[in-house]
Amino acid sequence: MSVTPRLELIDVSKRFPGVLANDRVSLSVKPGEIHALLGENGAGKSTLVKMIYGIQSPDSGSILWEGQEVRIPHPRAARRLGVGMVFQHFSLFEAMDVLENIALGLDSAVSRKQLDAEIRLVMEKYGLKLDPRRQISTLSVGERQRIEIVRALLLNPRLLIMDEPTSVLTPQEVEDLFKTLRRLASEGCSILYISHKLHEIVELCERATILRGGKVVATCDPRKETARSMGEMMIGSDLREPARGQVSVEGPVRLSVNRLSLPKPDDFGVALDEISFQVKGGEIFGIAGVAGNGQNELLEALCGEHLSDEADTIQVDGSSVGRSGPSDRRKLGLCSVPEERNGHAAIGAFSLSDNAILTARSRMGFETKGFINKTGADGFAANVIKTFAVKTLGPASLAGSLSGGNLQKFVMGREIMQAPGVLVVSQPTWGVDAGSAAFIHQALIDLAAQGSAVVVISQDLDELLRLCDRLSVINLGKLSSPRPVGEVSVQELGLLMGGSHGTPTVDAGGPHAASA
Amino acid sequence: MRLLLEKRREPSRTMLVLTPVLSVIVIMVLGIIIFDGLGYDGQQAVWELFFTPVLDVYKWRDVASKAAPLILIALGLSLGNQAKIWNIGAEGQYIVGALGAAGIAFATQSMTGFWIIPLMIITGMVCGALYAGIPAVLRTRYGVSEVLSSLMFVYVSLQLLSYLITGPWKDPDGHNFPQTAQLTDAQLLPHELGDSGIPPGLLIALIATILFYVLVARTIFGFSVRAIGEAPHAARYGGFSSNGIVWATLMISGAMAGLAGVLELMQLTRLNLGYPSGYGFTAIIVSLLGRSHPVGVFIAGIVLAITYVGGQVAQTVVHVPNATAGLFQALLLFAILASDLLVRYRVRLSVSSSPAKGTRP
Repeated sequence: MSVTPRLELIDVSKRFPGVLANDRVSLSVKPGEIHALLGENGAGKSTLVKMIYGIQSPDSGSILWEGQEVRIPHPRAARRLGVGMVFQHFSLFEAMDVLENIALGLDSAVSRKQLDAEIRLVMEKYGLKLDPRRQISTLSVGERQRIEIVRALLLNPRLLIMDEPTSVLTPQEVEDLFKTLRRLASEGCSILYISHKLHEIVELCERATILRGGKVVATCDPRKETARSMGEMMIGSDLREPARGQVSVEGPVRLSVNRLSLPKPDDFGVALDEISFQVKGGEIFGIAGVAGNGQNELLEALCGEHLSDEADTIQVDGSSVGRSGPSDRRKLGLCSVPEERNGHAAIGAFSLSDNAILTARSRMGFETKGFINKTGADGFAANVIKTFAVKTLGPASLAGSLSGGNLQKFVMGREIMQAPGVLVVSQPTWGVDAGSAAFIHQALIDLAAQGSAVVVISQDLDELLRLCDRLSVINLGKLSSPRPVGEVSVQELGLLMGGSHGTPTVDAGGPHAASA
Repeated sequence: MRLLLEKRREPSRTMLVLTPVLSVIVIMVLGIIIFDGLGYDGQQAVWELFFTPVLDVYKWRDVASKAAPLILIALGLSLGNQAKIWNIGAEGQYIVGALGAAGIAFATQSMTGFWIIPLMIITGMVCGALYAGIPAVLRTRYGVSEVLSSLMFVYVSLQLLSYLITGPWKDPDGHNFPQTAQLTDAQLLPHELGDSGIPPGLLIALIATILFYVLVARTIFGFSVRAIGEAPHAARYGGFSSNGIVWATLMISGAMAGLAGVLELMQLTRLNLGYPSGYGFTAIIVSLLGRSHPVGVFIAGIVLAITYVGGQVAQTVVHVPNATAGLFQALLLFAILASDLLVRYRVRLSVSSSPAKGTRP
């Protein structure tokens, strides 16, 4: 086979202060190939694609585009070559419509009418459904991603980079996305697909390059591998996903949420609408749903950041806490981990020890008469670091200097080691590598086994199906009736998740019609 | 060859301490260039401004008595800075604090007793705190920026001062000058502690520095202030109320400005139109130069006091204009704000000619 690769990297290295992010990475992508880039968090995937897209430049090594050595000083140069990129985090203006957002991302000015026509053409060609005149704030996450894809496709890319594109999609939306990507590939467009969902890569990709610690450790054909074997190449050791045996939960109700309603916190938030559920000691309760359907609002309402009007709406071990703030709820044993790690669950500019003080000060006794017990906090943080295998220099390291997965392990450890009676976590393994995810899952299972009630809010259905005893789906701020995990299919959950704001797609199986 | 800015993984502690020192050196060099350009002896002007007050023992008392109010006000402002609550109206709280103490002075004019001075001090602090409470209400209830409202209330306080000293509080024996009557002996602190030459305000500033250090570094309240400033969302998750912190930091800084106002009143012995000295504004520079750290603020307060005293020396010796001290203070503010860049970024000299090397912020 002597096809000139669309893109070839030869011995590309990139060093940041204190870390070699890419160490002589070589990689080649053929025309029309869907190529997976796999690796744990911090393995160097993001740095590598940022160099291809011209956001960063390599310290050494060369980038070949269709056989020619090129320099890509900025993203504009990348786009001119024919490289498109769809980022994990979208950059869209909520208050503008689809057309305006796309126009803002273009390098040259195009008239509104002409752009409208071009967008419709691209969408028709690839089966992407989207009304260019709709305002962003009314769109689901899947629809928002389609805007980013359209924006990239308008430039007729010959290489499309997708950074963890499915982490926010429903199973049905994932199917649609895969159809689009296969269609693109069949027309000769190469695709560089970054994901940590191994079964997707098995399904979609023809070749995979696996990075570990900034180096290429393997290249393989995912169709001949299993998710497990690739996972092991990624972390370099045996991957053990914790299994949760069938447990019969007969403990007392520890968390009871009764017709909890809250108005939306701002224009782009979601109102909570009569949410009710109970979680028993020893039980893991899952809440599935597409991002932006009230998950954050629910977590903040449970944590105490937003108070409800009546105390009875939330009860912890029989005490009504709906009107109590986060500190009082923690004293009663209700701890939580929000989705956003840096800036919400932890303060990046603070040391790990100070981050322990942030939420563990009263339960662990780091506060005496208003004074800080620094020694206690240091000891606790060191203990969390050790128990949860957090890779860091020690309790004095800044939280912001940790990689996402490590910070998540620290935050989870900080809450779990306070032995909460009720733990509510949101996206516990979002953007976390497979090894750390397995570790966190095991810790949640162990916590439940000790008699705590655990609530897991997640967009990752696989995660919920593996961990939970019962599941509900949140859609537009409403919670469906809980169902035991064994009795519910992925398709059914997908329908409950809807996927489009404003128009619930199911009537017959709608949130309140479904019953356990 | 080109200069590159690279983001540091963690802010540099060395630079945090070093840049205020560098800033002072940079403005000295700038000062020489500017004054030479204006036709003065630049070197001598800078010498008189920065070094004469330090080397001349007779100037020390002046420096100390100017440093005390600056340090007291800046300590309060630093607390707010850490929560990213910007009180720009310390000058107003300083004036209102002095007015409160003056009110007590009038009521106790014919009395004696050890309780009068503490009562004046407490009243001044309460008045300063309440005056800073107005921007706090506006911020927490109506979302009004405290930067604007606190500054605007400075001008209200100036009007209040001039109304009182030209009207109800005018000294009946003052030949119609717009000033109050003099404070009585029972209302004044001694000018110096024993024969030490140290004004009592400096001792109070030193004690306050230690108290603020403990407050910020060792208490949950200090922790909550820093948490709100760094990540308000995380602080809320940690159980701290951001409105509570707005109230606390504004009122504490108001009380400190009020305290400085009372002590200054006791130095000057009466209020007149010249009383508003700009200490409340200069203290903003002190708090930034001191990196909002109590010990840094103490040192920065002395540096700024030196520029005040040195400004007067340079005026008489080198005949530079009246505005000289203010000019240097403003330059210092610019230098310290600009040098923040070095805390978060490192500068590297690159010899590579690659056009692709520009590092993005």
